[in-house]
Amino acid sequence: MNAISVRDVYKYFGTLCAVKGVTLDVLEGEFFGLLGPNGAGKTSLINMISGLSVVDSGSIEVNGSDVSKDYLRARRMLGVVPQELVFDPFLSVYQTLKFQSGYFGIKHNDSWIQEILGALGLDEKADSNMRSLSGGMKRRVLVAQALVHRPPVIILDEPTAGVDVDLRQGLWKFIRELNERGHTIVLTTHYLEEAESLCGRIGMLKKGELVVVEKTEQLLQTSEGLTIRLLVSSGDCHLPESLNSFQTKLIPGGAEIIVPNASNVEEVLAHLRVANIKYDSLQLDRRDLEDVFVSVMRSGKDG
Amino acid sequence: MVGFQTLFSKEITRFLKVGFQTIGAPVLTALLYLLIFSNALRGRIEVYPGSGIDYLQFLVPGLAVMSLLQNAFANTSSSIAQSKMMGNIVFVLLPPISHLEFFLAYVLAAVVRGLIVGFVVVFASLLFVALPIENLVTILTFGFLGATMLGSLGLIAGIWADKFDQIAAFQNFVILPMTFLSGVFYSVHDLPNFWQLVSYLNPFFYLIDGFRAGFFGVSDVDVFQSLIIVSAVTFALSFGCFLLIRAGYKLRS
Repeated sequence: MNAISVRDVYKYFGTLCAVKGVTLDVLEGEFFGLLGPNGAGKTSLINMISGLSVVDSGSIEVNGSDVSKDYLRARRMLGVVPQELVFDPFLSVYQTLKFQSGYFGIKHNDSWIQEILGALGLDEKADSNMRSLSGGMKRRVLVAQALVHRPPVIILDEPTAGVDVDLRQGLWKFIRELNERGHTIVLTTHYLEEAESLCGRIGMLKKGELVVVEKTEQLLQTSEGLTIRLLVSSGDCHLPESLNSFQTKLIPGGAEIIVPNASNVEEVLAHLRVANIKYDSLQLDRRDLEDVFVSVMRSGKDG
Repeated sequence: MVGFQTLFSKEITRFLKVGFQTIGAPVLTALLYLLIFSNALRGRIEVYPGSGIDYLQFLVPGLAVMSLLQNAFANTSSSIAQSKMMGNIVFVLLPPISHLEFFLAYVLAAVVRGLIVGFVVVFASLLFVALPIENLVTILTFGFLGATMLGSLGLIAGIWADKFDQIAAFQNFVILPMTFLSGVFYSVHDLPNFWQLVSYLNPFFYLIDGFRAGFFGVSDVDVFQSLIIVSAVTFALSFGCFLLIRAGYKLRS
């Protein structure tokens, strides 16, 4: 059974179509990354999965339960860490988690609450009012709130936005453990190195359309190659036409040439020599998810 | 069921944490009204001629219901509006709380606050004036229906409003005039014909008249008629509110 099943889903805000016919399956136990620039429709899609938004057309199921028709069961299966740093100013950290447990129908949840507080480094803040916490601490409480009912599917909408390195590492360690224990994780993030190291599969949204869904390693393989970066002190770099068979682009202070493999490097250097192109330094980089992301977002397929 | 209980108890916790503002202040306001109006108008207005009911006695149930209504409205409207504007409404929208549980938790918490304020006003007034109790069931029934009616109306206003200004407008331009034109300070029979007609179109009038009948056994209109009108309006507002919640109007984009 799929943890999340999205079928031909559309979402409109007035005349703007924020999500355009997205179909996506997230498998049980998977660590799935949902990437896309701001306004690509990530949060709109997540909001529909979690029931915060109404699905205009199409259907979404969480662990086999339709989020509209069987919303109570679907919501019980889901833990969501929202993007916005929201909190209830009337409550302490412990009260926040106690009430959140109750909302999910759990009366006695103290031992699990203590475990989450410990895992997220919140045990000393249990009795502090939410208002008195720093941004990073509030973010931890949001994660804890999403976990109080031990949901089989956890969605994290940019959970590490604006948090320090310590928390980020601690958070990922904890989320990885949850994934190893069988929880399905869906992550949206702008930190692509996080997605590359954590997610087994990645989907990319562009202007409301799902343009890529691929295993992370395959995605990186499709972008196998090297980036040759030339830096010139004059800042003026004209590449010869003989390099047009490669993907090239001008960058501040130089140019980049993307080649399929290491054997092409010598060929590029030869073309540069023939064209008498002078450069001050040359760098070779392996392409990563960021390059894939950039090329997908710049590709002709326009959402 | 646990979801409902939790949301209900959270709403109770919310207003009790600021008890001076949510209970103390409205009680004080009602008592000030009582002292000022009773001193200014005592002896000038004759209520229920021949019944022997003093104006001060007459005033107390009206002020109690006025406070009850205003506070039931304030509880739901401010809670929902505040949660929406601060964004923490997601904490109650994400969990598996049914539409009915959601509605009942908010409205019943408003009923509790309304009844607490209403009855504290009555008890505090006993320091100044003795009050008969003709029929406690009538008092409790009209008190409960009134708080439910305004709790639902407050929930509708809170769901609809995008800023606090709109809630304040609702309170000042709808609730307050309807309360003042409902017979809190006078018997409807003392009014000119036009204003009598206006009062008969105001559901708050029947609420206050019925509630007052529970104390004195005397009313401007038949208590049963008031009960039917008040029940119908309460049901209509509650049902309308439930439909808004079910549709996710301004809650689930």
